[in-house]
Amino acid sequence: MEAATGGAHNIRAKARTIREREMNAKTLMLTSVALAFSAVPVLADTSGARIALSNNYAGNSWRQAMLTSWETITGPAVAAGIVAEASAFTTAENQATEQAAQIQNMILEGYDAIVINAASPSALNGAVKEACDAGIVVVSFDGIVTEPCAWRIAVDFKEMGRGQVEYLAGVLPEGGNLLEIRGLAGVFVDDEISAGIHEGVAQFPQFSIVGSVHGDWAQDVAQRAVAGILPSLPELVGVVTQGGDGYGAAQAIAAAGRDMPVIVMGNRQDELLWWSEQKAANGYETMSVSIAPGVSTLAFWVAQQILDGKEVPKDLVVPFLSISQDTLDASLATTPEGGVANVEYTLEDAVAVIDGAM
Amino acid sequence: MRWRPSPEALRLALPVMALAALLVSVFVMRPNVMGYNGLHLLFKLGIPIALATLAQMVIMSVNDLDLSMGSFVSFVACVTATWLVDAPLIGALMLAGAIAVYAALGMVIAARGLPSIVVTLGMSFVWAGLAVLVLPTPGGTAPGWVAAVMGARPALMPVGIAGSILIAVLAHLLIMRSSFGVLIRGVGGNERSVSRAGWSVLLARGAAYATAATFAVASGITLVGLMTSADANIALRYTLLSIAGVILGGGEFTGGRVSAIGAVVGALTLLLAGSFLTFLNVPPDWQIGAQGMILILILALRLLLVRLERRGARA
Repeated sequence: MEAATGGAHNIRAKARTIREREMNAKTLMLTSVALAFSAVPVLADTSGARIALSNNYAGNSWRQAMLTSWETITGPAVAAGIVAEASAFTTAENQATEQAAQIQNMILEGYDAIVINAASPSALNGAVKEACDAGIVVVSFDGIVTEPCAWRIAVDFKEMGRGQVEYLAGVLPEGGNLLEIRGLAGVFVDDEISAGIHEGVAQFPQFSIVGSVHGDWAQDVAQRAVAGILPSLPELVGVVTQGGDGYGAAQAIAAAGRDMPVIVMGNRQDELLWWSEQKAANGYETMSVSIAPGVSTLAFWVAQQILDGKEVPKDLVVPFLSISQDTLDASLATTPEGGVANVEYTLEDAVAVIDGAM
Repeated sequence: MRWRPSPEALRLALPVMALAALLVSVFVMRPNVMGYNGLHLLFKLGIPIALATLAQMVIMSVNDLDLSMGSFVSFVACVTATWLVDAPLIGALMLAGAIAVYAALGMVIAARGLPSIVVTLGMSFVWAGLAVLVLPTPGGTAPGWVAAVMGARPALMPVGIAGSILIAVLAHLLIMRSSFGVLIRGVGGNERSVSRAGWSVLLARGAAYATAATFAVASGITLVGLMTSADANIALRYTLLSIAGVILGGGEFTGGRVSAIGAVVGALTLLLAGSFLTFLNVPPDWQIGAQGMILILILALRLLLVRLERRGARA
């Protein structure tokens, strides 16, 4: 019945009530939780809602997969009348000022929710606050924003780094020397993953990091960097990585004629393919971990659920996508050539993630 | 006698008309923009862009080009979001030091006859490095007074428009009406005659660079006021935006022919072009190309006007 009287306005009012409710006393918490659990998605509630994706960058395979996932999931959702519109906008230059202007344009366009993969965790806060003040639901994911009025679907990058060392401690209990391949210098994600790896080494002191290079999350850069540092390194038992650099490292180590250490992979198709070839040839064992680009679809459903009136905690953590020796073949089969292993979320998956965080 | 508009006014007419045309199209497409709130959002980011464009304009008025504008403004933003909050005095000293470096650069360029493009391109990496040193990971906060000024809601018109008008008038008085302005435009127009008239080109260039740096510092500070925090890459695109804004506003690469009001109008036109294309639902992949097309279109119109101007002068 709400949609018939112009849904957008009601939804915005509803979003505002949610925020007020949040700010209000804890006594309300119990009732809202109860409400959330009893709420069955009512299609009419968001059928007039317009959701926009503000994306800062589209220049690598991960981001391309992210945008494709957004289209695959939101297309049917729009067709089924769950939401009225779900457009994706990418800024051309990966700049915070450009994305802030883009968000301001979205406010002027009157979107009900904005889903953001942000160029900077803090430099968009002014624009995000402006959007919240206009009654717009803002959900950030992957590149999150720190403005308190926005929702965050964050990745625990530290845990991603620490988990690699934990895995290595499982397969190499006696420990040894590790080579660390880092990402793009000065980027928040690189700092976080690396901090996690060093935490892991502190936790499993049988390992020591004997060398560290920047692979920029690109196979060719990683290959050059690893080839450059290899002659100065002692024997390696493992290579800890950030994704997009495992295949390049393997190439460089193979070219140097060294024994192949356990290289942690990052879900890229070329990495998985190399791993499966090695597995077939000599039973090579490792693991692969990264973030599924389909996290954009989780953010979409979270925005839809918030508009629908569901109580959603401000901070959600998205699970990693890990590939093990057993799931390798299945993952490789579904990963497009040159792409990244992916998971797309359905409405039910998203509700499960939200309820899990309550 | 028939009244004939001055060449200066004619030059300014085009960017003003372009801005008006874009504004009208945006109003037609999105009538809800027409209120105070809509205009506030539309022009909010205009002040820092206008200031950066004016900085570039001052450099261009002495026949130079500053390719470090974006990274310099980013550096200023990083200092503003950190030192200017925690230790205002040290922060202010750092910014004053940066202006002094700019003045020294201008004098080195004048004394050694260096190409400004090469010097400023090199400096862009210095500023970018310093910005990362000051603020290694994105963050910081805006100083309270900056946030208060930029977040103000004046009664008559949104802060973006009021600020742009104020900046344009002040810059116009400084560059077009003061003897200092005449001097630096003279350096761009004919360096030799300025030095024969007894002026020091060295000092004039240094002063021009210091003035430009002052505008750029203001740009960085206001930018942080709007964004509420900073990162080392926050304003990199200002380099190209500022050059395009000056050209769009009727300035030229040589000859000291610049217009302060034109530069501000040019900057706002570029800002509006972005919104215009978004409202048109132009896919993002095409937006840079489409922005370039708008630029070429306006420059082509200007060429036509210049030709008319010449014909008028001959008659």
